Amino acid sequence: MDLKTRGVPPTEHERDAVDSVLGPAPHRDLHDVRGGHTLRARRHLLLPTLHAVNDRVGWISQTAIDYVAERLDVSPAEVFGVASFYSLFALAERPAHQVHVCIDLACRANGGPAERELPPGAHAAPCLGLCERAPAAFVTDAGDPVGRAAAGHVTAVEVQRWAAGDTPGSEAEPAAAVPQAGDDSLVLLRRVGRHDPLDLAAYRATGGFEALRRAVQLGPEQVIAAVSASGLTGRGGAAFPTGRKWEAVRTQPALPHYLVCNADESEPGTFKDRTLIENDPYALIESIAIAMYATGCLQGYVYLRGEYPRAEATLLAALDITRRSGVLADTTGHDLAITVVRGAGAYICGEETAIFNSIEGHRGEPRNKPPFPFEVGLFGKPTVVNNVETLMNLPAIILEGRPANRRLFCLSGAVAVPGVYEVELGLTLGELLELAGGLRPGSQLQAVLLGGAAGGFAGPDDLGLVLDHDHTRAAGLTLGSGVVMVHDQHVDLVDQLRRIAAFFRDESCGQCVPCRVGTVRQEEAIDRLAAGVRNGDLDLLRDIGQAMKDASICGLGQTAYNAIETAIVRLGVFS
Amino acid sequence: MVGLATVFGAGGGTSSYQEAEAADVIVMWGSNARNAHPIFFHHALTAINGGAKLYVVDPRRSETARFADRWLGLHVGTDIALSNTIAREIIHAGLVDTDFVRRATTGYDEYAASVAPWTLERGEAVTGVPADAIRELAHAYATAKAAQLCWTLGITEHHNGVDNVLSLCNLALLTGQVGRYGAGLTPLRGQNNVQGGGDMGALPNKLPGFQDVVDPVARAKFEAEWGATIPPENGWHLTQMFDAMERGELRSTLVIGENPAQSEADGHRAVELLTGLDHMVVLDIYLTKTAELADVVLPGSASWCESDGTVTNSERRVQRVRKAIDPPGEARDDIDILLALAARLGHRWHYDDHEQIWNELRRLSPMHAGMSWPRLEELGGIQWPCPSDDSLEPPYLHGRLWSEDPAVRGRPAPFSVVVDDPPVESLSEQFPLRLTTGRRLDSYNTGVQSGGYVSPNRIGETLDVCPEDAERLGVADGEVVRISSARGSIEAPARIDPGLRPGLVFMTIHFPDEVDVNLLTIDATDPKAGTAEFKATAVRVDKLAPVGAPT
Repeated sequence: MDLKTRGVPPTEHERDAVDSVLGPAPHRDLHDVRGGHTLRARRHLLLPTLHAVNDRVGWISQTAIDYVAERLDVSPAEVFGVASFYSLFALAERPAHQVHVCIDLACRANGGPAERELPPGAHAAPCLGLCERAPAAFVTDAGDPVGRAAAGHVTAVEVQRWAAGDTPGSEAEPAAAVPQAGDDSLVLLRRVGRHDPLDLAAYRATGGFEALRRAVQLGPEQVIAAVSASGLTGRGGAAFPTGRKWEAVRTQPALPHYLVCNADESEPGTFKDRTLIENDPYALIESIAIAMYATGCLQGYVYLRGEYPRAEATLLAALDITRRSGVLADTTGHDLAITVVRGAGAYICGEETAIFNSIEGHRGEPRNKPPFPFEVGLFGKPTVVNNVETLMNLPAIILEGRPANRRLFCLSGAVAVPGVYEVELGLTLGELLELAGGLRPGSQLQAVLLGGAAGGFAGPDDLGLVLDHDHTRAAGLTLGSGVVMVHDQHVDLVDQLRRIAAFFRDESCGQCVPCRVGTVRQEEAIDRLAAGVRNGDLDLLRDIGQAMKDASICGLGQTAYNAIETAIVRLGVFS
Repeated sequence: MVGLATVFGAGGGTSSYQEAEAADVIVMWGSNARNAHPIFFHHALTAINGGAKLYVVDPRRSETARFADRWLGLHVGTDIALSNTIAREIIHAGLVDTDFVRRATTGYDEYAASVAPWTLERGEAVTGVPADAIRELAHAYATAKAAQLCWTLGITEHHNGVDNVLSLCNLALLTGQVGRYGAGLTPLRGQNNVQGGGDMGALPNKLPGFQDVVDPVARAKFEAEWGATIPPENGWHLTQMFDAMERGELRSTLVIGENPAQSEADGHRAVELLTGLDHMVVLDIYLTKTAELADVVLPGSASWCESDGTVTNSERRVQRVRKAIDPPGEARDDIDILLALAARLGHRWHYDDHEQIWNELRRLSPMHAGMSWPRLEELGGIQWPCPSDDSLEPPYLHGRLWSEDPAVRGRPAPFSVVVDDPPVESLSEQFPLRLTTGRRLDSYNTGVQSGGYVSPNRIGETLDVCPEDAERLGVADGEVVRISSARGSIEAPARIDPGLRPGLVFMTIHFPDEVDVNLLTIDATDPKAGTAEFKATAVRVDKLAPVGAPT
């Protein structure tokens, strides 16, 4: 295109970073230049390219934007639009050393700092997905290679030290997030802590890649029949029957088909997908391969949230080892490619169509449905989108014909032993809390947030609630992504509601009016209520909530009032 | 116009704008449509966004070339060498549409023999474009389901512009990329009614409706309607008129809506000749540089708002325009002025209204016969040919060539043997740089109609030069330099453009009042069309002496 740029060349670092993803720029040919579709067909490399610049330089300058625009034949305004969409990218110069401190629900429930309490040099971050180790922080050091370190059980002194330039030490072992590790009854978490997550031989010795082999013997239709028979439903929050989704994709005539594994785990209080990837990466790879085989995909993507450096490193290493072993091709007869795409700090990208736009190199805004992903998804092609936990159910379903009746719950807050728990559906909330050792000594139950910020609050009277889809729904609640966040008497629930309102206001992509305006008005009303002013704000909240539920394009706006509503109605907050 | 008329019998683009959207290959040859024809380019973009491939042939890596899947940056004036090489490759690769060639064309064997020496290697040596790029274009064009071949002044503003057009027509005949929906030859026009001017007979050798002046039958029809005798020989085209002025044979002119004092190549000579006329009358809505030289200026009307009538766009679509306001002051409708002039010359022409004039045309020009004003109104415009009151022709021309029936097929389209012929003015030690001219998005031709409006894009006249030449000349971006040709010398700021290559510089024609680029250009003219070689001038560029330095 006839792009209008400033004509200022990028710095050497910026050029190197961009070229590390896109390859060196072709020399200027005086008689023959290829462009057009060839260049624009690489638009999906925009997000990785912006990561490369942000990682190397620490921020993305106008000259870097111009250079990226020229290389990909995308207008600088569009590159700016994408870069400015994601919170992990900076568009103004900043120090290479950045400290992101979680100020979200689970960390606050564990005594973490509020935004106003952060020392200079530390920045507030939404939930970092380290809730079993709350309060948490994430420290980045731009350079080559970039430094990205997650830290748990953070103290105010540590935050001050890091803000002054220090870097956290090594993380707790991945298996530490799974208190049940080693229990023989586990299915989804059965390998956690048993061997080095990257030991391929150990994985195979414990039945690894047997399910894929069996799936190929069965053929796609039988695999899908088995998945349907197992009753497996989506574990990302929407609980759609997986077998039906797969069959719809498998039978689409348009080619190619794509698979997207949604690992953009950003629902506050959720950390199960991170735990699965860090502890059993080959099981995810095998599960993805089964799904790709069953639905006729040759290319799969894992969209992994950008705040998970260890999960990313583990998954990339496991993919590399798998690729070199040739096991996928040998077993399926197909050259299955699996690409990891790193998110850049946008809750909305966990939405099943926003994730397509993000992978394609556009702003991560959700699409209108229909058309649904199974017919028009990633790159406009039939696409199956599954959450990590959903996929991890596959080996047991294929090999053992098990019903898919086990679920992961992310216990955080005032429980004695927080972490990821695997249970059979049908357990009550009280039994689940007992499994986690009950409440911390001295804690009294005030409320339990089920399903995350998009979920709802249960009260002390709800301990008998059976934790499955139907019972929670009947109670006006949701299991959502499996968040069980326990609030004791020390937590200021009003403060949590303010945080939830701020979270949705911040994470709304701004595309549709009900959500863009509604989340702002909702936060204003909550702030007024928190200050003690009433004047019909409860009615106003209800109206706004209904408008967002009725008219928002995607689930973000549709659920932005849920938790606040349950807190008001069930717990009597503000009454 | 002349080239297309020679091959197909009608001097118009063969496709409609919208057909570009149905093409899967678009070739823009000597056309910076992104800037110069932005409306058409949007139709092309629709195709491109839908997956169509764009090839751009242009010495400069222009704004249009930046959209291209492949840019072929040929040397100025080697268009025929390139098209002959493409033709040879199409033949050599067995991609000729042999059925079409056999049924609908003549002269294939002679043509094939004439391009046989143009191997890819020779084409690369002459044009500078790598063989691989030529080959890709040849194959893409020949194998496209529907290909659009578009060109503009980069093809026509050469001393051999008609041959250039013929050489492109050859490619369409070779591959059957004409006469079908989406496939065609599309010359892009710069004005809303430049097609209409030709259609109405404003050509020295044509009566309205492209009927030949030298055809006695056609002449007799007009003479009967007009009650006057038409001179049986072709008139002069513009360049011939200037030559006639030089010889003293042309002593007075009526100039309607043209600005030759600034738009002609070799501007010094043009002004000198116009000034030397016994009498010049200019009819215009602006007091142009030409009008300033006139003995009498007749203020006319703006055709799009102060007068009733029609305009015809590049896709041959005749559309009604309606009078919305009266011309200001003493300005009058152009037709009133012409009628009054006729009256002073002793002819009583009378029409009740403009529609009556149009209906006269419909009686005389078969291709307009079916276009009554109510019908034009109802359909929002009609494309010619429209010979019948009750039916419409397809949006593309020459579908007849695909007919099985020889009677319907009519006159076959002839291939033309065209010979590579470099620009008249070759580069020399004294003038080592090739200057080519063109347009920008923000301005229009000599700026008469666009200069009065502000544009944030307008940067004024510049000498665009590649970074290598700028460095060699020691010239910085924005530094004013002197540009000289054998005919004159001007000054303009340099602008460094990596879309150019060493030896090639570029200027626009938009700002003649500040920088009169046409003082440099050569008036070597195509003998068949009368178009001057604006696109290939030999120049030199010099740094200005610092102020106060000894000269």
